[in-house]
Amino acid sequence: MITTRGLVYRYPGGAAPIRFADITVPQGGVLRVQGRSGSGKSTWLALVAGLLAAHGGALTVAGTELHRLDGRARDAWRAATVGWLPQRLALSAPLSVRRNLELVFFAAGLPVDSAAITRTLAALDVGDLAERRPGQLSGGQAQRVALARALLRRPRVILADEPTASLDDAACAAALALLRDCAADAGATLVVATHDRRVAEALPQAAVLEISSEIGQYPA
Amino acid sequence: MNTVVIAWRYLWSRPLSTVLNLFLLGLGLASMTFVLLMNERLQRAFDRDLAGIDVVIGAKGSPLQLILAGVFHIDVPPGNIPLAEVRKLQAHPQVAQLIPLSLGDNFRGFRIVGTTADYVQHYQARLGVGALWSAPLQAVAGAQVADRTGLRPGDRFVGSHGLGGGGHAHEQAPYVLTGVLAPCGCVLDRLILTSTESVWQVHEEMHAGTDGLDAADREALAADREVTIALIRYNTPLAAVTFPRRVNADTTMQAAAPAVEITRLLGLLGVGARVLEGVGLVLLLTAGLGVFMALWSAIRERRSDLALLRMLGAPPGRLVALLLAEALWLAVLATVAGIAAGQALATLVGYALQAERSITLAAGLWPPQLAAVPALALLVAVLAALLPAWSVYRADVALLSDER
Repeated sequence: MITTRGLVYRYPGGAAPIRFADITVPQGGVLRVQGRSGSGKSTWLALVAGLLAAHGGALTVAGTELHRLDGRARDAWRAATVGWLPQRLALSAPLSVRRNLELVFFAAGLPVDSAAITRTLAALDVGDLAERRPGQLSGGQAQRVALARALLRRPRVILADEPTASLDDAACAAALALLRDCAADAGATLVVATHDRRVAEALPQAAVLEISSEIGQYPA
Repeated sequence: MNTVVIAWRYLWSRPLSTVLNLFLLGLGLASMTFVLLMNERLQRAFDRDLAGIDVVIGAKGSPLQLILAGVFHIDVPPGNIPLAEVRKLQAHPQVAQLIPLSLGDNFRGFRIVGTTADYVQHYQARLGVGALWSAPLQAVAGAQVADRTGLRPGDRFVGSHGLGGGGHAHEQAPYVLTGVLAPCGCVLDRLILTSTESVWQVHEEMHAGTDGLDAADREALAADREVTIALIRYNTPLAAVTFPRRVNADTTMQAAAPAVEITRLLGLLGVGARVLEGVGLVLLLTAGLGVFMALWSAIRERRSDLALLRMLGAPPGRLVALLLAEALWLAVLATVAGIAAGQALATLVGYALQAERSITLAAGLWPPQLAAVPALALLVAVLAALLPAWSVYRADVALLSDER
């Protein structure tokens, strides 16, 4: 579940603060965050992930009041709660697929759970790619690996930032279906930040948060 | 996968830059290692060969030359001194022990030294095989001499006049080798020892020519007998103040204090050592800048990796630790390479000096001062990593990933 009330963020050295619309998304629900490039979609995701601290308002994600946590506590909470699928996938080039997934445990300060990695890769049909480097993967394979990384610790919230930006229509549909199914299987709340109109067609049931540079609109 | 392992993988994701930085850092550390080792080895060699010798007596001339010739056998002595004068010194109440050394001949470049058994005992040398000399024209070879010339007990050999090779061969007075000393790591390793009388006999035979010597000749030669150097140990430390002054003022000989001369020599060598140290420090500074540039560019190359780690929940401190671990890997690898190269170079120099029949340097030393090398490497690595680490610590994830 995600609930925001009066969320405000001010960029360092920036001019006017950005104020986001209030929203509530139930646990297991799907939210589409949309707005033009530079409108603040990624910033909203970073706030919900606890990467950035809001300068005002209240933010509750998966039962935790993030606005009451300090940076270190938010980091620990994020490691345990959030699965992240960034726009550029951010697979580390010098590391194998398996090592890339091990980074999840490194970031959380936990011992590596090799069985979980094997299981998750297999579930996404990329189990045989574990020893390959990201440069040896196709676009679709790389997306699955990045998704495996996001799902590895069974997060309660999955944040996907422009997941379809560089995909053709068929790949876009497949990626969104995979994302939706995986989130549903994990019982996770799925948030997709995008300005890709194809996402609206693929996720017709999703709630929508419209972000502009001054104020967000929540139509539903 | 822990911080050290990830740092290792990231380090080798840029092999060329890593190897170049290792080379630079390793070169600086190798220079420092070499200087430290050579200082230590020279100091130990001097201490070992000078132990128990309070003053060296010889002909007037350069005191340093006298010490180098008489104690380390790496220079030509300034001349000879009358035996009668030496005997007077031996009887002096402040003298506990006097060891005469008579130089003048060599065998294949190794010096033949006429002396007494006290010289062998002074360095606590042991016989490897055979026995010490018991009569004139018997000799004992140092371990290095035996090794290089192949001399074995029972072999006969002929000395040549002069301290280098190529002088007149004393065919009329061949030596018989009675023993070989066990290696002592001291000056005796590269000497051939015999009785003082042997040296006199060889040279008196040479002067006799084909006509031989009659009794009057022998008496005249005996009256004029000389030695080259006398090594003296005092009865009392107080003698250090008065004894050399008296010798220098009242006799035709000079007294040189080894401690003073070697301190002067090390002072001269120290200038060279400081130059080398300076070069090493410049190399280290350059290497430090190289490491800084490598880490700085690594951060730029890995912005998305670092941003992802923050997204995955890694606190900034863990990213800093990752960067520091990468710098420390460089320091550790460069330290190993630098010390290995420094040791190898010092060993090579030791072999070269040995081949030149010069001072024997102890090999495989690990003096405590060598701890400065890894410390310096760590310091350079940490200093080079500080600014990149600080920038990682302060950057928020949006800046790291270049996205908003």
